[in-house]
Amino acid sequence: MRIPLRVVFGMLVVAVTVLGMPATAPAKVFSPETFTLANGLQVVVVTNRRAPIVSHMVWYKVGAADERPGKSGLAHFLEHLMFKGTKTVPPGQFSRIVARNGGNDNAFTTEDYTAYFQRVARDKLELVMGLEADRMHNLVLTDSVVLPERQVVLEERRSRIDNDPGGQLYEESHAALYLNHPYRIPTIGWKHEIETLTTADALAFYRRYYAPNNAILVVVGDVTADEVRPLAEKYYGPIPRGPDIVRARPSEPPHHATRRIEMKSARVRQPSWSKTWLMPSYRTAKGNDAYALQVLAEVLGGGATARLYRGLVVEKGIAAAANAWYSPTQLDSGAFGISATPRPGKDVAALEAALLAEVNRLLAAGVTEDEVAHAKKSMMAAAIYARDSLRSASSALGRALATGQTVDDVESWPDRIAEVTAADVTRVARTFLIDTQSVTSVLLPKEGS
Amino acid sequence: MRPIASRALRAAAVVVLALWSGFGVRSAAAVDILSVTSPKGIAAWLVRDASVPAISVSFAFRAGSADDPPGKEGRAEMTASLMDEGAGDLDSQSFQRRLEETAVSLRFSASRDYFRGAMRTLSENRDEAFRLLALALDKPRFDAEPVERIRAQLVSVLDDETEDPRVVAGHTLFEAMFPDHAYGRPPRGTIATVKTLTVNDLRDFQRGYLARDNLMIGVVGDIAPDELARRLDALFGSLPAKSARRDIAPAKPVAAGRVIVVDRAIPQSVVLFAESGIARDDPDWYAAYIVNRILGGGGFASRLTEEVREKRGLAYSVYSYLNPLDYAPLVVGGVATANARVAESLRLIRAEWRRMAESGPTEKELDAAKTYINGSFPLQFDSSRNIADMLVEIQASKLGTDYIARRPKLIDAVTLDDAKRVARRLLDADKLTVVVVGKPEGIASTPPGAP
Repeated sequence: MRIPLRVVFGMLVVAVTVLGMPATAPAKVFSPETFTLANGLQVVVVTNRRAPIVSHMVWYKVGAADERPGKSGLAHFLEHLMFKGTKTVPPGQFSRIVARNGGNDNAFTTEDYTAYFQRVARDKLELVMGLEADRMHNLVLTDSVVLPERQVVLEERRSRIDNDPGGQLYEESHAALYLNHPYRIPTIGWKHEIETLTTADALAFYRRYYAPNNAILVVVGDVTADEVRPLAEKYYGPIPRGPDIVRARPSEPPHHATRRIEMKSARVRQPSWSKTWLMPSYRTAKGNDAYALQVLAEVLGGGATARLYRGLVVEKGIAAAANAWYSPTQLDSGAFGISATPRPGKDVAALEAALLAEVNRLLAAGVTEDEVAHAKKSMMAAAIYARDSLRSASSALGRALATGQTVDDVESWPDRIAEVTAADVTRVARTFLIDTQSVTSVLLPKEGS
Repeated sequence: MRPIASRALRAAAVVVLALWSGFGVRSAAAVDILSVTSPKGIAAWLVRDASVPAISVSFAFRAGSADDPPGKEGRAEMTASLMDEGAGDLDSQSFQRRLEETAVSLRFSASRDYFRGAMRTLSENRDEAFRLLALALDKPRFDAEPVERIRAQLVSVLDDETEDPRVVAGHTLFEAMFPDHAYGRPPRGTIATVKTLTVNDLRDFQRGYLARDNLMIGVVGDIAPDELARRLDALFGSLPAKSARRDIAPAKPVAAGRVIVVDRAIPQSVVLFAESGIARDDPDWYAAYIVNRILGGGGFASRLTEEVREKRGLAYSVYSYLNPLDYAPLVVGGVATANARVAESLRLIRAEWRRMAESGPTEKELDAAKTYINGSFPLQFDSSRNIADMLVEIQASKLGTDYIARRPKLIDAVTLDDAKRVARRLLDADKLTVVVVGKPEGIASTPPGAP
């Protein structure tokens, strides 16, 4: 079945980055080559010769958290509008040209970045690069294409949020987690603000942020850096540098209160519970805190034998599902969460008590060397698998570079994970799992429904 | 353990789906398929690839939820959920622990017609990986603890889904089109049936249907044919030679032309529609495949998207696809539009359905569709797992190892006249059964039997 296109990422829980490799493998993940054009465009190339295909991807270092107050949804709206034509490509033709050349294309937006990609046979790389470079500086927007697309975005919002109580609760818990930082605003935008976004808004945002010095080009597949460089020079090279962008968003004040969000809906049948803590991200963390937090998420929620599933779902039998996650690939703060659904008929209050007991046990006794070794082993296996797919290389490198990390950070990830000790994991749990930094969210059926 | 799609976990799935584009089966000159047969006569297709030190094994049995007896709906689904919950001398937690320690991923799933499995391992751990998969297939334990746990998870999901408009639309559509056929019964069961399934029921399915004569296998990775042949016997050699007979008759969908509105208090109506389609082995399959891409299967290159989304902003997603079910092939489509405007979406979709049936595609559309379908074929060869899955799908469609090489010619051979003829044969707007979940304005249910 055909999946909806042009999506908003980051409005829902983003899965923990999976990267890593076993101790016996060479300590390199993707072995990329990088260079930067005179106009500031950073280029990353990963050669993968499994099939005669390439993935061509441009990441702009701008996302929903860079929008001005009152303009929520603009970054994502512009992403949709980037398919509406340029001086030489008529509206609606971009994807048709890619398709006619045997390619797939799409795009997505998060709080921190906006990315566009095409996947094509290797001999079509030049064609898609020409198209993507063209719309980096030649976009043409008129009300006749912009206004229907605004309706499309409102329908997208209805599908993802308004039709789904879980989506609605997610929006409101995010708004509670952040007191001041724009991460509190949903990536897709609030409905009443989407309704007022204009062609002029989109063009102003485009002119400010869509420029080579604010972008990263990631090419992965059956191609080398030596082959990519002259093409990048030819198509992206002539594009003028844009304004220098300093990504300074409003930051969080100290938090003093524990927050709790509850929503009851006649459209909910089974309750669900989650608790989310503000956390450091890769970029903001000190020392190896972010890596230790990743190991902690794995110890708690990494699978069927991890603490939460084994304890609450298997042994106590009070949960149908139990999970933990951590999202460190953020420009500003990250977030850490645990979540669970009660077994049908079990009390959500009892489930909450059991989850909090797990957290308290973690804080009191810490984690064991054995748990950490097991978690690290599981995490490390994934990088060999990550190398098996073009998508994981494009996505891991693009996300990292768009959120303030370096290629070296990605490549040394296995080493950094390997260095994490049980003491590190216990330390970050005690330092960061602080009640006043958290929001508890509960989704409940409406009584009598 | 299979991830359960409760609300708490659904988010991750959304992220994964979001990146999925592409359509249908594909080819590339880069793939060289070997047919490997074991000493016991078990056949598998192998693509040797040493670019990553890993091995992916995918397989499918021709059996699924359509084989669930009345009153035991959910049997195939629950069996799939329990296949990795303990086997041989390893209980559930021990089995899962061994998988994690060796970084082996193991998945089972059931659809209406197929029971699928997939295993992935690093090459260095393959002894243990193959041993664990063999145990799961041959000696699943179905212990009381995991059975009750999985049962509770399934009940939780089924209960939740009674308020999920997409799931409600799907169930309503199939129930209306197949009132007297297995396809009309819920493939994952109901709360009532899942609550009463017994271990004996699961055993009946596992022992009866997971057999060597309905099995298809695809392998990709760093493994030599003679080693694979040996391992095939260890994996599948102790399964029964013959599977139980599938007691399913070919079905002709009914309720053509009916509109069914399911009242739900949501701002956006979710619409699903379908009519009789075309079988995978029908000589007109390739023409139908192209016609569908032009009508609604090609995203921004399709007419439905152009009319409903691009020109009028009526939907984020509007689509159609061929669903070649073994016993009743269908052409299916869907849209979601705000209650106030959904009638307009439906009117436009019917008009496009009619226009395609009456005049077919243009030469230009046909050419564009062909170059996409052939050009994008190799894009699917981007991971071992995808390739292994595709090897199984090609076998399930009863096509040969030369299919990847032949496919571009099959596509290119479709003429404009073929496409027009098949569009007329395939599409009839008046026969669509339409389900609308929401509070649609200007759309009412039609009574059964009187469209």
